[in-house]
Amino acid sequence: MAARGEVRARPKPMSTNSAVAAAVKDLDVDVVSAYPITPQTTVVEKIAEYIANGELEAEMIHVESEHSALSAALAAAATGARAFTATASQGLALMHEILHIVSGLRVPLVMSIAMRALSAPISIWNDHSDLMNARDSGWVIYFVHTAQEAYDTILQAYRVAEDPEVLLPVMVAYDGFVMSHTVEPVVTVGRENALSYAPKRPFPYKLDPDNPVTMGTLAGPEWYYEFKYQQVQAMAKALEKAREADREFERRFGRGYGVMECFMCEGAEALVMATSSYATTLKAILPEMWRQGFKVGLLRLRLYRPFPIREFTEYTSNASSLVVVDRSISFGAPYQGPLASEVASVKVKEGLDFNLVSVVAGIGQRKMEEEDFKALVRLAWEARSRKYPETIFYGVRE
Amino acid sequence: MASGGSGWRTLPPGGIIVEPGSSLRYKTGTWRVMRPIINQDKCVRCRMCWVYCPDAAIIETDEEYVDSKGRRWNRTYKVNYDYCKGCGICAEECPVNAIEMVPEVK
Amino acid sequence: MMGSQPERFKSKFRGILDIPREERFVSGHRLCAGCPVGTVMRMLTKVAGKDSIIVNGTGCLEVSSTPYPYTSWMNPWIHVAFENTGAVASGVEAALKVLKAKGVLGKDVKVVAVAGDGGTFDIGLQSLSGMLERGHKVMYVLYDNEAYMNTGIQRSGATPWGAWTTTTPVGKKWKGEWRWKKDIMGIVLAHRVPYAATASPSHPMDMIRKFEKALYYTREGPTFVHVLIPCTTGWRFDPALSIKVARLAVETGIWVLYEVEKGKFRVTHKVRKRKPVREYLKLQGRFRHLTDDDIEYIQKIVDEEVDRINKMAGEEVIGPVEA
Repeated sequence: MAARGEVRARPKPMSTNSAVAAAVKDLDVDVVSAYPITPQTTVVEKIAEYIANGELEAEMIHVESEHSALSAALAAAATGARAFTATASQGLALMHEILHIVSGLRVPLVMSIAMRALSAPISIWNDHSDLMNARDSGWVIYFVHTAQEAYDTILQAYRVAEDPEVLLPVMVAYDGFVMSHTVEPVVTVGRENALSYAPKRPFPYKLDPDNPVTMGTLAGPEWYYEFKYQQVQAMAKALEKAREADREFERRFGRGYGVMECFMCEGAEALVMATSSYATTLKAILPEMWRQGFKVGLLRLRLYRPFPIREFTEYTSNASSLVVVDRSISFGAPYQGPLASEVASVKVKEGLDFNLVSVVAGIGQRKMEEEDFKALVRLAWEARSRKYPETIFYGVRE
Repeated sequence: MASGGSGWRTLPPGGIIVEPGSSLRYKTGTWRVMRPIINQDKCVRCRMCWVYCPDAAIIETDEEYVDSKGRRWNRTYKVNYDYCKGCGICAEECPVNAIEMVPEVK
Repeated sequence: MMGSQPERFKSKFRGILDIPREERFVSGHRLCAGCPVGTVMRMLTKVAGKDSIIVNGTGCLEVSSTPYPYTSWMNPWIHVAFENTGAVASGVEAALKVLKAKGVLGKDVKVVAVAGDGGTFDIGLQSLSGMLERGHKVMYVLYDNEAYMNTGIQRSGATPWGAWTTTTPVGKKWKGEWRWKKDIMGIVLAHRVPYAATASPSHPMDMIRKFEKALYYTREGPTFVHVLIPCTTGWRFDPALSIKVARLAVETGIWVLYEVEKGKFRVTHKVRKRKPVREYLKLQGRFRHLTDDDIEYIQKIVDEEVDRINKMAGEEVIGPVEA
């Protein structure tokens, strides 16, 4: 599998949070503006260490809230700097207002999300409520499933975000604790390679006294719509650019993921769609399930916004059933798993024919063990010939 | 309201305006109901109307002016009626009452 | 302001003719007729000059000066939201700093933040405090029209006692605002900023020198200028009187023009004989309902405040009410 230009380096042990910080360092980010929140905090701690040691020349803004963290990061990127922030849970919720302003102003920056449940009751543990709450804020969103992929995707994220044909902010999301605090081997590419792959492309409309722009205007009914439609177009462009960024990444460094991954799909009759660490776990158990006769593949959603419809359609074309595992609840929705709702819409849109099963699991990091994942695989197998019209709330106590 | 070349393909993104001071194309003079008239003979060129005007609607030029008493001034103040909203601050603040507010005639 | 500076601050605005003719906050904005924010922004941008980035919080000024596709700004200008002017200014400043250090940016660029009383006293207080506490080199100009004028005259933490607003109406039980204006200068000064001042558009040279000085002191940290902005719409007076009302605020001692330079308090415009507060109040519809007792009460509070100011100054800088 070794591709041309692959960087051979010794893997280092890193948590996903550390891998994200290492990517920020290698990308020579200029301004980091963040506020502590579990389980994101060690990202910023690690970056602070890099700056303190002189390994990264950057300004760290020790803001007094996440709202200010994103506001300051936006402003730094708008001034022509490469900016980064990181958050989770309540922090992402507090940023909500500014999420839309960053994408609306078309300012490219990257934010990592160590996904965590939302209050109340307060839970510091992992699910995807925070990210799902932000999915329609106009950001490009990646789910990653290993520390290595987190490092690689931060590099890809800047390449896509700063592309003059895209100009959108990007979130890179991974499971809090389960990934953020789990140490895995990670290969880094170093600053020279990182900057050659993702060279700094400052915001083309940056705040510059020699070329003054007015940014953040009031747009009346006769103007607003066009700017929103430009965002629609930018998202479409981001999909092409994300595919290209991944291909180029693989060409240079020998690791590619695609915008959507289908694992053990060859000959699979049923599929389970999962994200982040659940995908990692499913990858570990699927070979054994196949040996037992369950020909079930894993559909791993990597790029979530924009949604890779083409890949999805291709990968599901031979499946009789698809179990969509959601890590958050869309209260009162037709399918109460938000991803399942989206898959249902793709199914209609593309005229796809498989039995869709909506499963909600791991809410507030409710434990999911090997047996539970096997149960999901068996469910996918069953669903080839059986319909499950209601969302299944897996693992909730009666 | 949106004119021809204002579609999504051609506009800069994000509602960003790349032309500084483009509001000069928007004439607020139509708001005015009272019109300030500067009496150049009375004006002592103190610059206060120019300073106070919220709309930058007093124009200061280096035009020379010789008043009826034979005094020579090397600056002249004129109202820019394209933008003057007729608030009357200039007339109110003029220390020598050289500015009169008169109703706009239809 | 730009270029090399002597150690001690020296104003280049000695007289009114020193104000540059070139406009950097141009005509065609939609501020109400007679709104002195226009005056203040013209003077501010003339002092700040070309190499300054303006950060503007949501408010009257922001909406009136940038209705797409029109902008009245000649400087690079950014508006993000209501409560984050301090944070946005921090981000701009940090970016300029690091880009300069890395050799990407070749010159000094100043950061000027502008926000109203709602965006400063109330919703933006936290981000302002963060910016001040972290020491970002930003001049923050507060234009204070003493209520949420942009949304239609709702009270803010800056609304003075007795003032009618749409959320402190005058009725059988309520008689306008019943709390005193928040001491925002006290809060700012508690952050030990190198320079903070009050200003009024009625005293343009005093105001201009304060903008200049505040910009000068950004070399040491954040600075703050609090400008009183009589609001023709919200305070209910004839637009021609905006400057007169501002001047009366100074002449009655309701608005004392002072600065705190490196901790040193100084009244910059002394008032030998004060006018009674009634003269200021009676011009404004928002105080029309006040009784003689109410006005006497306000006079008493202003007298006490003047005493406090005189004590701080160590001399009588604001005199007694003239008979």
